[in-house]
Amino acid sequence: MSIVGAADALVAVNPVPWARAQMAFTLAAHIILVPLGVSWAFMTLIANYRGLKKNEPESLVLAQRWSKYMAVTFAVGAVSGTVLTFEFGLLWPRFMGQWGEAFGVPFAFEGIFFFLEAIFISIYIYGWRRLKPWTHFWTGVPVVVSGILGAASVVAANAWMNEPSGFTLDSAGQITSVDPWGVIFNKAMPLQALHMIVAAYVVGGFLIASVYAMGMLRGRRDRYHRIGFLIPFTVAIVFSPIQMLVGDALARWVYNNQPVKFAAIELVPNTSSDVPETLLGHLNSDGTVTGGIPIPGLASWLSDPSTGKSTVVQGLNTVPVENQPTIAEVNVVHLSWDIMVGLGTFLALLSAWYALSWLFRRDIPKTRWFLRIAAITGVLAVITMEAGWVVTEVGRQPWIVYNLMYVENAATGNTGVWVTFLGVAVLYIGVAVTLILVLRLMSRRYRDTDGGDDDVPYGPRPSPRLDESSVG
Amino acid sequence: MSTAAAVVLFIGIMAYAVFGGADFGAGFWDLIAGGADRGARPRSVIEHAIGPVWEANHVWLIFTWVVLWTCFPEAYASITLTVFVPLTIAALGIVLRGSGFAFRKTVTKTSSKRNFGAAFASSSVLVPFCLGAVVGAIASGRIPAGGVAGDPWSSWINPTSILGGVMAVVMAAYLASVYLTWDARRLANDDMVEYFRKRAVIAAVVAGVVAFAGIFVIHHDAPFLYDGLTSRGLPAIIVSALCGLGSLVLLMQRRPQWARVLAAGAVATIVLGWGMAQWDYVLPQTLTIAQAAAPSGTITAVLVATALAVVLLGPSFVLLYILDQRSLLPGEGVRDQASAPGSS
Repeated sequence: MSIVGAADALVAVNPVPWARAQMAFTLAAHIILVPLGVSWAFMTLIANYRGLKKNEPESLVLAQRWSKYMAVTFAVGAVSGTVLTFEFGLLWPRFMGQWGEAFGVPFAFEGIFFFLEAIFISIYIYGWRRLKPWTHFWTGVPVVVSGILGAASVVAANAWMNEPSGFTLDSAGQITSVDPWGVIFNKAMPLQALHMIVAAYVVGGFLIASVYAMGMLRGRRDRYHRIGFLIPFTVAIVFSPIQMLVGDALARWVYNNQPVKFAAIELVPNTSSDVPETLLGHLNSDGTVTGGIPIPGLASWLSDPSTGKSTVVQGLNTVPVENQPTIAEVNVVHLSWDIMVGLGTFLALLSAWYALSWLFRRDIPKTRWFLRIAAITGVLAVITMEAGWVVTEVGRQPWIVYNLMYVENAATGNTGVWVTFLGVAVLYIGVAVTLILVLRLMSRRYRDTDGGDDDVPYGPRPSPRLDESSVG
Repeated sequence: MSTAAAVVLFIGIMAYAVFGGADFGAGFWDLIAGGADRGARPRSVIEHAIGPVWEANHVWLIFTWVVLWTCFPEAYASITLTVFVPLTIAALGIVLRGSGFAFRKTVTKTSSKRNFGAAFASSSVLVPFCLGAVVGAIASGRIPAGGVAGDPWSSWINPTSILGGVMAVVMAAYLASVYLTWDARRLANDDMVEYFRKRAVIAAVVAGVVAFAGIFVIHHDAPFLYDGLTSRGLPAIIVSALCGLGSLVLLMQRRPQWARVLAAGAVATIVLGWGMAQWDYVLPQTLTIAQAAAPSGTITAVLVATALAVVLLGPSFVLLYILDQRSLLPGEGVRDQASAPGSS
């Protein structure tokens, strides 16, 4: 036991920051796969539809290849999602012990949608040859629907942490009854879920389009690449202005319902009216704001246009200091907000450029600069989404369940979390690098062989015989 | 109400043991299939067999977790606090296994295939061992009630947990070998039928011996579990033993189709036996199902979700299974369409 004792002493480190780091890291990784899981099926079906309707072989080839890439990313997403179900307990056992009966409810429904998605992805991928073309097309539709509903369910659980409802507590703070409907459809859920689902379409669209933009920049200007670019890019540019509206509504909801998070977003230490919208800049520990470019009165005006600049914005100081995010957290929230809004606006402007060009010329803008920018939109969109997620999570600090449970009271007491964090970090980075290499390898092989098809994890079956050459 | 939730929970565990177990077991045979040349043919059957549904099977694990933390949150907190180490290893192992398998399919170089294959196969053994050890920790009453941590090491490094871990690996290997025999038969690959059939017979015998030896381990280490297994759980254990024997006989008679069903039955009923043995505790002798249960609103929601799942997923799963078993889901037609001009 002395060895174990010594090992225990060696790893005895405060678990709270490490648990936060590990959860943040694994969620940040998982969330990149989410847009692809939610929206790629939709774009695949557009390609599939075009292929069948217009008898366009390039579209069908795209749909077939996308369905396979989709399978790889879905598989990795499924696995990283499984890890999250472990982590809820491994990192936040006291949160789950106390709130599991409420927080857990949306996941019961998420499970159904996830399962449906998995089953129909399998059917869709394997059905290419043997099902009738339109029957096969329709087997893809449940993938789209369950992706959307599954995302809504998961976001419902997160929204519940921001706006806990649907339960009653006894005097000791223990849950005595649960109203599942009230949990799922908590007040934060509708807008938050919509924001995430639209984000999935924007990010997924830009991500996929940027790959084909890259290909076109390298001179592959054939019809295949053109359609591969146009479908996802069009989806992304249709959804990005919608996202501006949804985001604006959500921000106003936060202003009305989560004033402390809003104060962090807008860098408002003390309650006041005529609050400027400060671009960049940071909050100091003495409560002053320095740096950045203040736009006078804009934050007030945006919060409630009907009262304009005289709109009062609550400051951080309206709650005791122990219920405020720390100064560092406030600055992280504000910076992330600026990044999200800034990049989101940039992407929407790009959409306008594209839309105008399409309106007048029925073509994408001629300049190479358009493709150059389009080629980086995938990365930009992912950064935008990650920033938005940081705003909602860090902005809730120090709470894990808003106004009911502190993060530090929710974490595990296991002092070895820093070790598991390092293990998870190494493993995830390794898997991520390999995934990118493997996807590149697949696409190169497609280009070289015009359709090698033995490379999806589902084990496609070129013939009922065993393909012995496929295993080295 | 809480009883129904506990039943649903156990159905989830049984399903994961059978469906997930077969996947993990296939990894075990992959691991010991030998070098790149010698192991190529069995590995090819294995890749073929766990194709279409391999990732769907973790859904059973997710389902089990969700039901546990939603309906019995206190038990979930106690379990994750106490057996932190094996659960962490299992989670990481699942990542390694899934990505190793997916990547091995994709790469072509033998050395890369070997590395990814090793990651896939070794974690296929590690994960069921850890999960079995966790079951051992729960069944032997080493997880305290009240959402507090028990001993982080002795809770899962003890005779019952090690038995649980070994049982999980052996059962998975047994199940997979029987399935693979049948899969090889469907592929009309007679060499491989014989290859896996031999191994299935050995695995069945080993599983029987481990289970038998386990009786003494449990008798010595976990008296409450032993009492439960020899009283409440006895019918399930007897059925399990009969199924196991039956599958062995059918394997010897070269009738893998029904051996497969009986093997699944043997695994499902041994899990059932564990559940019946510790009834009506979630955490034996400290926390009963009724005490641990969430409010009725939550349990109703979970039961409704489960019913919906049966209605929605049942038909789709059957559809997938039929398509798969009839081999109606073979290639994916890229060649068909890509033969069109200008398609690259």
